[in-house]
Amino acid sequence: MPPTEHVLILALLLFCVGAVGVLVRRNIIFILISLEFMMNACALVFVAAGAKWGQPDGQIMFLLILALAAAEVAVALGIVIQMARRFGTLDVDAVSGLRE
Amino acid sequence: MTALILFYVAGFVTLAAAILAITRTNASHALIYVVVTLLAIAVVFFLLGSPFAAALQIVVYAGAIVVLFLFVVMMLNLGKASVAREQTLLTRGIWTAPSLLALALFGVFLFALIGGDHETVSQARMISPKEVGIALYTKYVLAVELAGVLLLAALVGAYHLGRRYLADRREEEEAS
Repeated sequence: MPPTEHVLILALLLFCVGAVGVLVRRNIIFILISLEFMMNACALVFVAAGAKWGQPDGQIMFLLILALAAAEVAVALGIVIQMARRFGTLDVDAVSGLRE
Repeated sequence: MTALILFYVAGFVTLAAAILAITRTNASHALIYVVVTLLAIAVVFFLLGSPFAAALQIVVYAGAIVVLFLFVVMMLNLGKASVAREQTLLTRGIWTAPSLLALALFGVFLFALIGGDHETVSQARMISPKEVGIALYTKYVLAVELAGVLLLAALVGAYHLGRRYLADRREEEEAS
């Protein structure tokens, strides 16, 4: 059983990698991938906490995060398809129409 | 001891694959690294004594969600022009500031984690899928139903967004 602190540090690092990805990349596919990493890091924290206390609740939160991730990806990829059809690019800078 | 070594290897693979995934210029290549990341996290789940979460991670995350990504990437077929554009965007100057910000965030979290007082609780054990299932359909039955409603909303939303006529109407507007 790995020490909980080390699992949490792994989750933090993964979350930070995801945050860098969201900030740096301008391709919407990569932004979505980075969001997946961040959500997975959160799920890892829940499972680690559940394992530490020996309770199934952590895994149930993981299940709910899984459902959330699936819903988010389905809607986001629908938006990606619309974006590719309308603008011919996946660059998020191309869809800044609301700002102007 | 074996579990510890496995955990550090899996953790290293997770981070290395995640960093490689977000630095790729080709989306399909990145998705292969995403699969590796998610599988490594599944190993961590297993080592934490949560075999049910590990199985779901492989089936739903590495299976269904990444395949959904791959379908969209291949359907859009962006090709070399997109890769070239990504290469012009990914300079060192763009990476520096967000990486430093994330490093600061990590530092804060790490301080909160190491600096605080911790109580030790009983040594963990394997949590069987049976326990998870019993808790899921007794204590958390409302959350399960809410998740079902969320998935239904996502289904309707994805269907609506994916329809072709939204794009066609736009083209008609531009033509007229």
